[in-house]
Amino acid sequence: MPSSTARSSGNAGTATVPDKRATIEEVVGELRDGMTIGIGGWGSRRKPMALVRALCRSSVKDLTLVSYGGPDVGLLCATGKVRKVVFAFVSLDSIALEPHFRNAMQAGAVETLQLDEGMFLLGLQAAAWRVPFLPTRVGLGSDVLDRQREEIRTVVSPYVDPETGAAEELVAMPALRLDVALVHQNRADAGGNAQFLGPDLYFDDLMCQAAQRSFVTCERLVDTGDLLKEGSHHTLRISRLWTDGVVETPNGAHFTSCVPDYERDEAFQKEYAASAKSPEAWQQWRTAWLDLDEDGYQQRLASR
Amino acid sequence: MTTATQLRRADLCCVAIAECFRGDGEIVANPIGTIPRIGGLLARASFEPDLVMTDGEAMFSNTDGVVEAWNPYRSMFDVVWSGRRHVIMGGSQIDSLGNQNFAAIGDMKHPKVQLLGFRGAPGNTANNVASYWVPAHGPRVLVPQVDVVTGIGYDRAAAAGPAATRYHSVRYVVTNLAVLDFETPDRRMRLRSVHPGVTVEDVAAATGFELVVPDDVPTSRAPTEAELALLEQIDPAGERFAEVPDA
Repeated sequence: MPSSTARSSGNAGTATVPDKRATIEEVVGELRDGMTIGIGGWGSRRKPMALVRALCRSSVKDLTLVSYGGPDVGLLCATGKVRKVVFAFVSLDSIALEPHFRNAMQAGAVETLQLDEGMFLLGLQAAAWRVPFLPTRVGLGSDVLDRQREEIRTVVSPYVDPETGAAEELVAMPALRLDVALVHQNRADAGGNAQFLGPDLYFDDLMCQAAQRSFVTCERLVDTGDLLKEGSHHTLRISRLWTDGVVETPNGAHFTSCVPDYERDEAFQKEYAASAKSPEAWQQWRTAWLDLDEDGYQQRLASR
Repeated sequence: MTTATQLRRADLCCVAIAECFRGDGEIVANPIGTIPRIGGLLARASFEPDLVMTDGEAMFSNTDGVVEAWNPYRSMFDVVWSGRRHVIMGGSQIDSLGNQNFAAIGDMKHPKVQLLGFRGAPGNTANNVASYWVPAHGPRVLVPQVDVVTGIGYDRAAAAGPAATRYHSVRYVVTNLAVLDFETPDRRMRLRSVHPGVTVEDVAAATGFELVVPDDVPTSRAPTEAELALLEQIDPAGERFAEVPDA
């Protein structure tokens, strides 16, 4: 686990890295009621679903979620884990609106901080850089600001603009400090160096940097020396500096996409979405797909 | 010569969308939605060849679908905040001063209907040119006042001060009936042209606020034969006709 200082990676590696290998249950065991948790991925893409499922089964509650939201947010809302959602959207991509999140919102069941997608990036960046805010034009005039003044404020530039001769009043996007970040990557080594192989890292690196502690799940754990056999150096964007635990969870982003390892399971996602239609449908889906551990989930999936 | 009766409404809409990008040059054309994307591709394939467009994911790709550059989500903010972009967004509600809402119907904190959220609308409208696409022009979409301001209109930008107005430009609203703009002294929405077969009265009746209507309202430009051929190439499956059926 994260506290380990063991210098053996388990694999016959050429590089020696700390051993941060953990289990899904160990990671979830690190989470506490009331924490602010950042979840990587984007919409219904490369979400750390194995951890999300385990979190749904846990006793942890009153979470604040910070997410470019997808079914992670929907599932955690539907299982009553969430006090507040910080979001710019919550979508299943091929299904535009996350139906479980929609239910929670329309029931008034969750508090929110609603942001522009770019403000979200700036908030994570501010937390990562340990500054209280970053200035931006984004949000000015919109209800992001006008309806949320308690949380989002403006700042007057201390500099006179060379073009206008005036000092601009800009949005001061506050740092989105995370207690924990959970992200899913295609590959990682035992030390928590993680690798994305698809077309977009999304904001997984920033999530890790904005968090006190970060946990990475991956499709496949590989030896450190093999990372560059999987993809070019450009794909190595999360180093072990930013990670505290790593879990191999094959198919662990299911049913979201995890290209190039696999595409989104659209048929499964449709069933998931349909389960938001009634409490009975949800109970049925939950019994089938949440009330079992990750091995059980993957076995049931394989036998479908 | 093509006559109004032979014209298909979806083709007219694609051309009207394409016209939004006329003169934009080498910027990112980011038309979101079926007909907007087809219209944007039409503009690039004809009179605005330097436009840069995404493949809908993380790449910029050219007219032949060849990747030109990597543009993951994070890079799009570099583009937006530099102003090198013209976005065409949808809107569940748009008001007479160009405020847009696609976040929620009712109170955004406890909505009657939860919609998309703010997405990138506040940043888009504060930083680059924005236009809107409305596939079903009606009084519940073109409303006196939006429930939530996601994309900012002219009044809200002015109230937020010079930092908000500096790069703010809501240019056009293209609908299945007409093209509208804000080229009025008080920035109220103006009827720019009606599509062939649509009357000024039709548009007024379908709009939930009073439009500025000039004495002479032109008819939206019909596609050329060359444009019709391009539309067939860009959208061989005819998705545009599903979004906007013929009147």
